[in-house]
Amino acid sequence: MTTATTNDFDGPSTDASAAALRAALRPRRFGALYVLEHRLRAARQAWTSFVFPALGTPVLYLFAMGLGLGSLIRQGSGSVDGVSYLVFVAPALLTAAAFQTASEEFIFPIRVGFKWNPIFFGMNAAPLSPGQIIDGNVLATSVRVVLNGLVYFALMALFGAVPSGWGVLSVLAALLTALSFGGPLCAYIASLDKEASQETLVLRFVVMPLTLFSGTYFPLALMPVYLQWIGWISPLWHGTQLARDLTYGAGEPGWLVAVHLAYLVATFVVGWQLARRIAGKRLNK
Amino acid sequence: MPTPVITATDLVKRFGDFDAVKGISFEVAPGESFGLLGPNGAGKSTTMRMVGAVSPRTGGELSILGLDPNRYGPEIRSQLGVVPQSDNLDVELPVLQNLIVYGRYFGLPRALVKQRAGELLEFAQLTDKAKTKIDDLSGGMKRRLTIARALINDPRILLLDEPTTGLDPQARHILWDRLFRLKEQGTTLVLTTHYMDEAEQLCDRLVVVDKGQIMAEGSPASLIRRYSSREVVELRFGSARNASAAEQLAGVGERIEVLPDRVLIYADDGERALEAVRGRGLEAITSLVRRSSLEDVFLRLTGRSLIE
Repeated sequence: MTTATTNDFDGPSTDASAAALRAALRPRRFGALYVLEHRLRAARQAWTSFVFPALGTPVLYLFAMGLGLGSLIRQGSGSVDGVSYLVFVAPALLTAAAFQTASEEFIFPIRVGFKWNPIFFGMNAAPLSPGQIIDGNVLATSVRVVLNGLVYFALMALFGAVPSGWGVLSVLAALLTALSFGGPLCAYIASLDKEASQETLVLRFVVMPLTLFSGTYFPLALMPVYLQWIGWISPLWHGTQLARDLTYGAGEPGWLVAVHLAYLVATFVVGWQLARRIAGKRLNK
Repeated sequence: MPTPVITATDLVKRFGDFDAVKGISFEVAPGESFGLLGPNGAGKSTTMRMVGAVSPRTGGELSILGLDPNRYGPEIRSQLGVVPQSDNLDVELPVLQNLIVYGRYFGLPRALVKQRAGELLEFAQLTDKAKTKIDDLSGGMKRRLTIARALINDPRILLLDEPTTGLDPQARHILWDRLFRLKEQGTTLVLTTHYMDEAEQLCDRLVVVDKGQIMAEGSPASLIRRYSSREVVELRFGSARNASAAEQLAGVGERIEVLPDRVLIYADDGERALEAVRGRGLEAITSLVRRSSLEDVFLRLTGRSLIE
């Protein structure tokens, strides 16, 4: 094999190989964005299933939980965590919605791409690498979570649920929540091969309990101590507390805020890197 | 000979303790139409995945367009068109969008991709289906779209893994016609197939693969000349009688193969061999004289049929 070393790539330099080296420059650099573009084009095909939940979920939850349940609580204890129930629950609804979106987005498109309609193999037959395919999906979910979050936040503000000017940053807390859970979930789903309804099990026995036991609808401290650990390991609890710090200043000590951030970032990075590695094993057997 | 676009030397692929490809060597010249013919499980698809730079080799050397796929995967793949064994079109996107997103994976500008997508729909005879959902296409249309998709980057080499498996005869002929046009335009084709007629129609040169090894190499005509007689007489005496009838046929033709469902007599003159059979007082239920095919080559080389 020829191994001329006349160019930057330390590779052979026939016409064909030179053309190949040139042609791969853009995919090597922007591959993840092409995957994102694919996801956005697919979303445009089914735009109603993205737009209606984005608008409908916050309206329904803010009315039902914030105003409905909130008025009951006002008649009882008056306030929660020093603020009205609406102010207390709104940031949690925002992060819980992001958490839910991430659960679906890191289950179905990933399962589809590897197994049900194996488009990831098609992407990888083109110049895209397994890592770029995962990155593109992470980007696509992030875009959706941020857009949904901004809509959610605007409605929260409209309901009068955001006393602090820093409140809009709670959308980033929602994004961190989504990615912190999404990274490991993506790795797990990427590793699946056989059909055993694992997706439903995750939604039913992980996503739902975490939503209920992560201090979403009531402070975690109200739970019996032997159940509080669920909150401590739950990305949703860490993300929700962060969002509360931002929307009404929940008054948590600085070290605890740092723990929230560190936990969310660390779980995402570990899960995401694992997902990239698993994708590589899967696509490049 | 011009510089080969693919050079494989003692290529090996092992999965755990299973040797899928056991040291195969071949070269493909630019513009050539090269085939890997063999039964299911022969190691054809594994070889294709290594050539497609998506499966690292366990041993041996492999060079595609002068580049090592272990190191230059994206570079090599930027120059390939790949038609996988089973379609992986995106069912969430309509026909035209499938071509456009795929073109974008190569980093091609949107305007160029759009223009090529239109031309390729024409080539695939799917122009009026541009906005159709994938699920509403027939099997043959999906294959044609997959081929169109593989051409979106104007590839130097087109890899086709079992391109017509699962299609009805008419759809296969339409597909062969399209592939033949590409061949005429000078596209380098590499295809795997377990259909001898496909190999005969499309391949300038082929290797017969079995159990991860190359059994023979040559043009379809030369392989037939080398490993078979000009004609073959196929006789069916009924599954219970084939073996005993064959015993009485000893000496007729050059060679006799007994299969569970029929007896094959290899001879240069099939009609004369058939007369000789009748001369021995044997009357077959059905008899047929035909030209030798790659199927016979495979049978000779491995003692088994291609499709089992």
